[in-house]
Amino acid sequence: MQDNHKVIEAYERGWLVFGLAMILVFIVLIGYTVLNRGETISRGGGQIEVATVRTTSPFANPRVEQVGDEYVAYVQAFAFGYLPAEIRVKRGVKVTFYITSPDVQHGFYVEGTNINPQIIPGQATKLEHVFDRAGTYRIVCNEYCGIGHAQMFGKIVVEE
Amino acid sequence: MAVKTLSSLDVYSGHPERKYTLYTLMLGFAALLLGTLFGPLQALNYGGVDAYPLLKPLVQSYYQGLTLHGVLNAIVFTQLMAQALLVYFPAHELKLRPNMTLAWVSWWMAFMGLVTAAIPLWGNAATVLYTFYPPLKGHWAFYVGAAVFVLSSWVSIYLVLDLWRRWKRANPGKITPLVTYLSLVHWLMWFLASLGLVVEVAVFLIPWSLGLIQGVDPLLARTLFWYTGHPIVYFWLLPAYVVAYTLLPRIAGGKLISDPLARLAFLLFLLFSVPVGFHHQFADPGISPGWKFFHTVLTMMVAVPSLMTAFTLAASLENAGRARGGRGLLGWIRTLPWHNPAFLGVTLGLISFIPGGAGGFVNASFPLNQVIHNTTWIVGHFHLQVATMVTMSAMAAAFILVPHLTRKPLLGVGYARAAMWLWFIGMNLMGFALHWMGYLGVPRRAHISEVAGQYQGTLPFMALNIISGVILFVAAAFFFYALFATALQNQRLPEAQTPELVFTQVVSGPEGSRIAQLTDRVGFWFAVAAILIVLAYGLPLVQIFTSLNPVPGVRLW
Repeated sequence: MQDNHKVIEAYERGWLVFGLAMILVFIVLIGYTVLNRGETISRGGGQIEVATVRTTSPFANPRVEQVGDEYVAYVQAFAFGYLPAEIRVKRGVKVTFYITSPDVQHGFYVEGTNINPQIIPGQATKLEHVFDRAGTYRIVCNEYCGIGHAQMFGKIVVEE
Repeated sequence: MAVKTLSSLDVYSGHPERKYTLYTLMLGFAALLLGTLFGPLQALNYGGVDAYPLLKPLVQSYYQGLTLHGVLNAIVFTQLMAQALLVYFPAHELKLRPNMTLAWVSWWMAFMGLVTAAIPLWGNAATVLYTFYPPLKGHWAFYVGAAVFVLSSWVSIYLVLDLWRRWKRANPGKITPLVTYLSLVHWLMWFLASLGLVVEVAVFLIPWSLGLIQGVDPLLARTLFWYTGHPIVYFWLLPAYVVAYTLLPRIAGGKLISDPLARLAFLLFLLFSVPVGFHHQFADPGISPGWKFFHTVLTMMVAVPSLMTAFTLAASLENAGRARGGRGLLGWIRTLPWHNPAFLGVTLGLISFIPGGAGGFVNASFPLNQVIHNTTWIVGHFHLQVATMVTMSAMAAAFILVPHLTRKPLLGVGYARAAMWLWFIGMNLMGFALHWMGYLGVPRRAHISEVAGQYQGTLPFMALNIISGVILFVAAAFFFYALFATALQNQRLPEAQTPELVFTQVVSGPEGSRIAQLTDRVGFWFAVAAILIVLAYGLPLVQIFTSLNPVPGVRLW
């Protein structure tokens, strides 16, 4: 029994070393990815007063602007849809999204990409993405926002 | 076997804590029964079949059904299991009676809180899901009921602290017995963990729902919610771990390999459970990526005690299988008591916890999380963790505890056994389907069956959801049949034949163990845990609190 016990302890040490090494590798990979491939990670785009979203804020006129060689999109996610109803950009061009909500929380999941921020009223979300494939991308709301939640879709058209 | 009928008074006169435990357990299973009725409806929805129009006068919408499913199963059932198991187990181990007045105060608080919250839930006045994110605004009674329900757990914390203090006073210098130690650490972790939810509901949501304040900052509410919302899963999980560490090896016919390592695992949960909540807010604006990364590292650390647990329990089961005559590399598996429903419940739950835990690494990986955030992947994940591991362990505990507490022998053993296998198969099939659908981008918490055709690419997985929903419905029916047939029979065994509740023996005990001595400094480790929380949450919370941006509430359901 004593020998058996020693064997178990040796296996256990091995298992824990394996586990800790695995975790260390994960942490390094995560850090590397966040630093080098983290453009779609949602960053604060500043606070915004909810009552002004539809009136005087930069989001009152939802649009895609061409700024130099890039696009900047101001998007409203509202119950139950997105404005602009269709976001039109060119393939291979960087798009900076600013997104907010005039009512409750929403999602902004762009199918086939890593774009998946939480849209929180009172906050603007900022993220960047370069679409490298032309086509139509669907935007899906994936945060419960009320009775019309499942019907809340948007559209991004990426042209050649 | 001599069987006679006794009045309840005789049964519990020497053991009033058994009556408290039974009532808490059964209230929890009543919640599970009600919540589980909505489970197959969720599965049908994710199979593209909309059954909700049929329920129209009773249930107004898919989202109301989902709110009931989430609140009853994830908040009510789980907390009541902790309040039953981890108050009774230490009392039983120490042979001390908990303060019975306070024990019943906690039961009545839980019950009244439940009833208060249930009224607006049934009335479709609080269809805000179990995360109740503002600015969606439910009826005040929902928040008040939820607060009273959750605060009843603080009474349970006191009950166990009081048991431990009394034992320590009578046994100065001795190391806390294992079951009591594990339970105590669980409750201390929960005290630290629950503070976020308590502040969110008491300071913000209740005054807001009563119209006393105009708005709530949704980012602050999310942050406070997830401060509690991640460790709450350990609050649910640790009672299952206590069952797995201190009952399973004995049920299997062996011993727990190491007492000190069980203590160490729980201590790591005390330290790392709470300061990890931002991994639920990776997608949020308003929290810097640096803080999210810090929480990522701590989240990875909280996997360590589960990796330890996997080893210790597997080794303990091997020990049991070999003690029963199993030979060879894998021969010990065959000799384990697969006929015993309690063994099946915990073991099949633990097996499901392995793929569930692997998925957890994906969720915790900051950049990978973007792929699966708010998709059905998450739903698949917690159905393996909570709805399989935690729930099956609670069911297994019921197979042992109900006969022990009531002196009524387990009836419907065949149904109980079948329920465990079917639950395991159904949940794993569904977990698999939901993970894949989530990976393909299907949103969670969405009434997708009303927009049938929008997710054609996932049809095979949708079909799997329907199949697993049917399997789980049968599993639930079998389980509740065995539970109620046992609890409601009117025959009781004589006192001398009370089914025992005996905790597992250990191969290496706490005596002379440095780990056992160090981990027993509970006050010190509690302080370390609090400091870690301040480090991980202090600055971000100060930032959010000093720039509050309240938003008025709306009802959109």
